[in-house]
Amino acid sequence: MTERTTVADSPAGVAEPATAPAEQAKDTRVDARPKNNRAWWLVLPVVVSVAFTAVIPLMTVVNYSVQDVFSPSERIFVGLEWFRDVARDPEVRGAFVRTLLFSAQVLLIEIPLGVAIAVAMPRRGVSVSVALVLVALPLLIPWNVVGTIWQIFARGDIGLGGWAINNVLGVNFNYTLDSTDAWLTVLAMDVWHWTPLVALLAYAGLRSIPQPYFQAAQIDGASGWATFRHIQLPRLRGVLTIAILLRFMDSFMIYTEPFVVTGGGPGNATSFLSILLSKIAVGQFDLGPAGAFSLLYFLFVQVLCYVFFTVLTRSGR
Amino acid sequence: MRRLPWARTVFWLYVATLMLPILWMFGMSIRPNEDILGSFSLIPGRVTFDNYATFFGETSWYSSYLNSIVYTSLNAVMSLIVALPAAYAFSRFRFAGDKHLFFWLLTNRMAPPAVFLLPFFQIYQSVGLFDTHLGVAIAHMLFNVPLAVWILEGFMSGIPREIDETAAIDGYSLPRFFIRIFLPMIRSAIGVTAFFCFMFSWVELLIARTITSVNAKPIAASMTRTVSAAGVDWGLLATAGVLTIVPGAIVIWFVRNYIAKGFAMGRV
Repeated sequence: MTERTTVADSPAGVAEPATAPAEQAKDTRVDARPKNNRAWWLVLPVVVSVAFTAVIPLMTVVNYSVQDVFSPSERIFVGLEWFRDVARDPEVRGAFVRTLLFSAQVLLIEIPLGVAIAVAMPRRGVSVSVALVLVALPLLIPWNVVGTIWQIFARGDIGLGGWAINNVLGVNFNYTLDSTDAWLTVLAMDVWHWTPLVALLAYAGLRSIPQPYFQAAQIDGASGWATFRHIQLPRLRGVLTIAILLRFMDSFMIYTEPFVVTGGGPGNATSFLSILLSKIAVGQFDLGPAGAFSLLYFLFVQVLCYVFFTVLTRSGR
Repeated sequence: MRRLPWARTVFWLYVATLMLPILWMFGMSIRPNEDILGSFSLIPGRVTFDNYATFFGETSWYSSYLNSIVYTSLNAVMSLIVALPAAYAFSRFRFAGDKHLFFWLLTNRMAPPAVFLLPFFQIYQSVGLFDTHLGVAIAHMLFNVPLAVWILEGFMSGIPREIDETAAIDGYSLPRFFIRIFLPMIRSAIGVTAFFCFMFSWVELLIARTITSVNAKPIAASMTRTVSAAGVDWGLLATAGVLTIVPGAIVIWFVRNYIAKGFAMGRV
């Protein structure tokens, strides 16, 4: 957590040049929160409730990762051997590159698109309610149902999406045979499914910008783009941090949806890390390598999230 | 603020695109299976509500539907109860290890499920929470509590500390201040957080499926039943799919004004 800004965003900000009220206001703030270790009592319920489900599984997985388990009574300590094996495995490396590429594409499409939708969303009247409910709908569908919907929807023979591409656009599209089509189907599904989350967060962020900011911008004759770039975007940093982190970790661990739609195929075109992992863990029941794989996977997501988190909360200050 | 002239059109076009797959699923739910697989047609030729009758006529279907509603609601309430004081602590005080604790909480959303699920099963079995609504609600706190703390903390940091101080001078104890004054001020935050907790718990399948068998089986897990020797019962599957959207749609209808108010006050 970084130093915070209080609400204030004083009316004084209104008088400031419209170009950078937010940044200017922030520079002068210091962390004025009192130091009080008794605050731990308030945090304790959270720690206990999360630790109950988090700590023991983590320890168990660590335990798996350093042993070769033949049977419940027969196991030998193998040290870091599994970690070395997993890190060298070309199949794991391939899946890693694929997953990273997928996450990058997801972020590059969903974040700008989500912000654009939030900017274009209605602001007054009944249409606000209708728009919010409709935009949120994809988020409320269980993930395996999302997979099922797209499995049908993208089919060339009986699904509207696949049928339209084949017959209206005249492009030959078949996600069960062509690896590019399969990739695009999974990507389109993710964009369909998760852009609404970014849009909702960004919309809530936009709504919290005090009106005087916009009036000031108007008086200064700022263009639409300048208003967006210098007033709206900086104020969205907080919600976009949440959005980017959530979208990164969830897309990097995507499992259910592609598993239902493509099952990782054709070939291994959409075999992401999580799909490969569950093949090793559940399919082959190789707990040692699967444990080591999980830990490396877990660690990578954490490190990258930490980098995102640090960069996003520091920039613009 | 001004909106660009074509923004309205583009926005509603986007919404229409968003609705297409959902409408397609709805279309599937009201036609007989032969028509779904037979040939492509935009408008259902024969309309039937048999699938809906099947869904509500079979205990195993609608009871798993109720299971999901029970544990998601339980989860949202429990997540809020533990997250509210914690978010207050993060927004008002500095304490030893606060930054690390916050990031540790977040990391619990990042564990790849496949292998972590095995010990899950063992733990919940050994403490007697296996196949109970409470068990699923507690398990889902793993990923909902960190998010709840994060969102609530953002809202709370937007409320000036002077209010706390004034209340203390007026003789309010911390718990009384928190319940009587502070909570009503962050109503919208609670609405938004409850929505996100409900949503993430409702759509989660892997954990819920692992630690339940019959009594608390989630609706999403029941849906795999539609696959039988005779192939997939697409109509029934689509019906269950359509019905899984309903509770969430109701929840978002109630919290829509809170979302519209915005929660990016202050830091987050």
